[in-house]
Amino acid sequence: MGIEIVFNILRFIVLLGLQILVLNQVEISGFLNPYLYVLFILALPIETPRAMVLVLAFITGLTMDIFSDTLGMHTTACLWMGLLRPYIIRLISPREGFEFYFKPTLGYLGLPKYLIYSGILVFVHHFVLFFLEFLRFDELPRMLLKIFASTLFTLVLIFISQQFFSKGKSNQ
Amino acid sequence: MKNLINFLIRSWFFILFLFLQIGALVLLFSNNNYHSAQYFNSANTVSGKVYETQSEITDYLTLKSANADLAEENARLRAMLPTAYEITDKKFFVKNDTIFAQKYSYANAKVINNSTNRRNNYITLNKGSLQGIQPKMGVISPNGIVGVVKDVSPNYATVLSFLHKAVKVSAKIRKSGYFGSLIWEGGNPDFGYLKDIPSYVKLVKGDTIVTTSYSDIFPEDIMVGVVESLDEKPNDSFHNIKVKLSTNFTTLSYVYIIKDVTRSERDSLQQKTIKDVEKGDNNGD
Repeated sequence: MGIEIVFNILRFIVLLGLQILVLNQVEISGFLNPYLYVLFILALPIETPRAMVLVLAFITGLTMDIFSDTLGMHTTACLWMGLLRPYIIRLISPREGFEFYFKPTLGYLGLPKYLIYSGILVFVHHFVLFFLEFLRFDELPRMLLKIFASTLFTLVLIFISQQFFSKGKSNQ
Repeated sequence: MKNLINFLIRSWFFILFLFLQIGALVLLFSNNNYHSAQYFNSANTVSGKVYETQSEITDYLTLKSANADLAEENARLRAMLPTAYEITDKKFFVKNDTIFAQKYSYANAKVINNSTNRRNNYITLNKGSLQGIQPKMGVISPNGIVGVVKDVSPNYATVLSFLHKAVKVSAKIRKSGYFGSLIWEGGNPDFGYLKDIPSYVKLVKGDTIVTTSYSDIFPEDIMVGVVESLDEKPNDSFHNIKVKLSTNFTTLSYVYIIKDVTRSERDSLQQKTIKDVEKGDNNGD
């Protein structure tokens, strides 16, 4: 349990550092803004209390907002992820529930379930975030394009990093 | 009462969500005002330091283009020095210092954080209130306009980039003097759109666009860009002019912050006029 908390704190620092210092600075196109840091909320252990997930999502979003001058936008997007996470987990969980050691990773859930889990939550996050960023309807096509393109890009990055981590685990 | 308690216990998760969501929305809407939320932005001590350290490392990557820009500007300024001129006429010139009072002073600053790929972009600079920077000061680069200072902390300042939904710059066509407002419509950071120029004004590709004297943020005749093309809509009485911006926002590294030394005097005069007129109206009723 204790080691799990240390892992999660490390994951928070590494993912937000990576997001703020590298991914936010990379300019590929105006339509591709990957937000890999949401993996922190996705990767929280399944048995984390729902309220705890909400509070952690709030802290994660606020940290991002402070560093990117988007006060409230990332916080709101992360909160919606935290709100929906328990329901998506219920959606993909087997009838008898998950074993206590289960982690919401690609290795444990398998490709279809992990795709549903991460796909829905990342889409919700990006939708709320870009909706708040644009906040006008005359740029709707541009906004939708940005939401879909960036969601896809973030998912690709999440799958790459999951592949990377699960390989490391099997070696141990 | 019992039902209410049961309801609260069942839905405490939603209540916590609503509580945090209201907090986030308060932050979101307070951020839209000037002078607000001083501590929750990239000008605060912690994030300012993080970005400054990062900038110290990554600055080497843009050193070449920064040098080129500065060298170009040096050459331009050198061309304005008295030594670059030759007297060709036997006229007498009288210089009278009481006619020319200084209106603008400039401070240089380094860009320590910048983005161009979002709909609303912000820039963080390494100077703040201790160096005399105040909100609403204009920011320009050696090549053209950059943005407006939004918040300041003792050592850092955040700037609303021109690449922001809320920024509008009063600009004119240098040749003819017709003016309109320049905005950024998102997407490519190299192009902006100049609106409100009547469609009977003749324009060609390459016409220079500069700032007007109506803005209280930028001095007059600061370079903005050149006309790239006309994206006309039929039956519209105004041009929709695509402007190639002269500032390259993706490689921005050193900028100048403009201080209008006459601003406080002008502001207090304008406020006094408005107050007097309102008072006069009330008396008249």
